Amino acid sequence: MVNGNPIIEGFIEAIELIVTLNPQVVEITIRSLYISLTATFFAAMIALPIGALIYFYEFRGKRAVVSTLQTLYALPTVIVGLLVFLFLSNIGPFGFLRLLYTPGGMIVAQTILIIPLLMGLTVAALSGIDRDKRYTITALGASRLQTVMTIIGEARFAVMAGVLLGFGRAIAEVGTVMIVGGNIRGATRVLTTAIALNTSMANYSLSIALGIILLGVALGVNIALSLVQRR
Amino acid sequence: MKTNATYLAAGIIAILLILALVAGCTVPAPGGNETPAGTATTAPAGGANVVRIATTTSLENTGLLAELEQVYESETGVDLQFIAQGTGQSIDSGRRGDVDLVLVHAPDLEQQFIDDGFGINPRCIAYNYFIIVGPESDPAGIANMTPVEAFQTVYAAGTNETAGVIFVSRGDNSGTHAQEKVLWEEAGYDYDTEIIDAGAWYVEAGKGMGDTLILANEQQAYTLSDEGTYLSFADRLDLVPIVAEGAELLNRYSAIAVNPEQHPGVNAEGAADFINWLITNETKQMIGEFGAEEFGKPLFTPLYAPECTEPPFNCTCAEPITT
Repeated sequence: MVNGNPIIEGFIEAIELIVTLNPQVVEITIRSLYISLTATFFAAMIALPIGALIYFYEFRGKRAVVSTLQTLYALPTVIVGLLVFLFLSNIGPFGFLRLLYTPGGMIVAQTILIIPLLMGLTVAALSGIDRDKRYTITALGASRLQTVMTIIGEARFAVMAGVLLGFGRAIAEVGTVMIVGGNIRGATRVLTTAIALNTSMANYSLSIALGIILLGVALGVNIALSLVQRR
Repeated sequence: MKTNATYLAAGIIAILLILALVAGCTVPAPGGNETPAGTATTAPAGGANVVRIATTTSLENTGLLAELEQVYESETGVDLQFIAQGTGQSIDSGRRGDVDLVLVHAPDLEQQFIDDGFGINPRCIAYNYFIIVGPESDPAGIANMTPVEAFQTVYAAGTNETAGVIFVSRGDNSGTHAQEKVLWEEAGYDYDTEIIDAGAWYVEAGKGMGDTLILANEQQAYTLSDEGTYLSFADRLDLVPIVAEGAELLNRYSAIAVNPEQHPGVNAEGAADFINWLITNETKQMIGEFGAEEFGKPLFTPLYAPECTEPPFNCTCAEPITT
C-alpha cells in the first residue's frame, strides 16, 4: 500500500497510544470492557444455574436441549444483532425501553449471544467430573445438596474456562454491537466497531493498534481471573 | 420436546426483558468521561440532551461529521450521536423512529420519506458531485465522455469481456448506489434485469463508500464515488477521476427531521435546533471550508438562498424551522 507497512506501523502506533493513554482509546477500551464484562456477568448469572439444573435433573428431551445449546454455540452474531435490533427498535415490542443504540442494548445482545455457550459449557464441565467421584461423595454420606456443591466445586476450573470463552466471544464480536449499538462515537463505539470503521476509512495502522489493544485487554482479563481462581 | 422449546423461548424473552431493565439503569456509567456536562451523562438515551442522526457513510468517512459534532457539542452541550448507515438504511431508521433526524443524499428516497408522512422540514445543506473513478489506463476508454455515455461504454466493454474492465457497485441501497441505478436507467438499461447479473465485470461490494473505493483500487476497477470521499481517500488510492462533468452527477445532501406525530418519542425539538444550526451562514461557511487545507480543495459546496430554490437544486436551504 501507499502508506508503508501498516502492520509494523500499527505496532508502533499501538505502543504510542498505550504509552500516551490516548483519551479516545482509553474511553473505547473501558466501554468495551464494561459492556462485555457486564454481559458475561449477566449471562453467567443466568446460564450457570440453568446449566447446573440441566446437568443434575433428568427429564425428557434433555439430550435435545443439550444438542440445541451446542448448536447455538454457532449462533451468528449478526443474526443475534438483527433480532435484538428488531426487538429494541422503536416500533418493536421492547421499543419503549429506548435501548437501541445504547450500551444497555449492546449488553442485552451480547448476553443473549453467549448464554447458550455458557450453559452448554457448564453442562460439559459438570459432566467432566469423574462419575466414580460422584459415587464416592454420595457413599461418604453427603446429602444431596452437599453432593451438588462438591461437584460444582470440583468443576469450577472448567466452568471458569467456559465463562472466559464466553467473555472472549463477547469482546471479540462485531456483528451485534455494530447493529444494536450503531458505532456512535463517544456513546456506543467499542474496540471491534472502531477497528471496522478505521479499516473502512483505510486507517490500517490504527486498526492494527486497536486490535493489539483488544488482545492485550483479553490477556489482562484472563490473567486477572486466573489469579482470582488460584486463591 | 415441544414444551421444552416453548419454555426456552419464553425464558429467553423473559431474560431479555429483565436484562433490559437492569442494563438500562446501569447504562450511563462508563460514558461519563466523554460528555462535559454532568447532567448529560445521566440523561436517558434519546432524551432531551441527545440528538440521534442516521447518516451516510460518505459523510462519516470524510470526517466532516466529527468536526460538526465537536463544534455543536461545545456550543450547546447537546450530545450528537451519528449512526453511519447507507442512505436507504438511514431513511428506514427514520421511518422506525429510531433516530431524530436523517442526513442523506438521495432525492427520490427523500421525497418518498416525506410523502409517506415520516419526514418533515427538509433542508438542503450542501452539494458536491459524483465522479466516476477508475484506473489511470482507462481500459474502457471513457475519459471525457458524458456520464451516460460512459456507463453505456463500460457496459459494452464489460459484456464483451474487454480485459481489465470491471465496475464495482456499492450494492448497499445507499445514496450513491441509488445514483448509480439512475445512471444505468438513463443509459437505457433496466437495473434489475440487465445490470445486476450482467457478468463478472459487474461487482457488488455491499459496503460503505470508503470500503468500496479500496475494493475498486485493489481490483483496478471503475466505480461511482462521491467527490468528498474520493478526495479524502485519494492519497491511499491509485484510482483517478475519469468522468467528473455532467449535470447527472449532482450530489445534494439534505437534513430531514423525523415527524413526531408518527413517533412521539423522537427528540423533535433537538432535531429542529440542529437543522437550524446547520443552515446558519457560520455553519455553511465551516462546511464550505472543510478539507480545503488537507485535500487541496473543499469537499462540499454549501447551498445558499436563492440559488438552492432554483434548478437543479429545487430545495429549501435557508428558512429556519419554527416549532
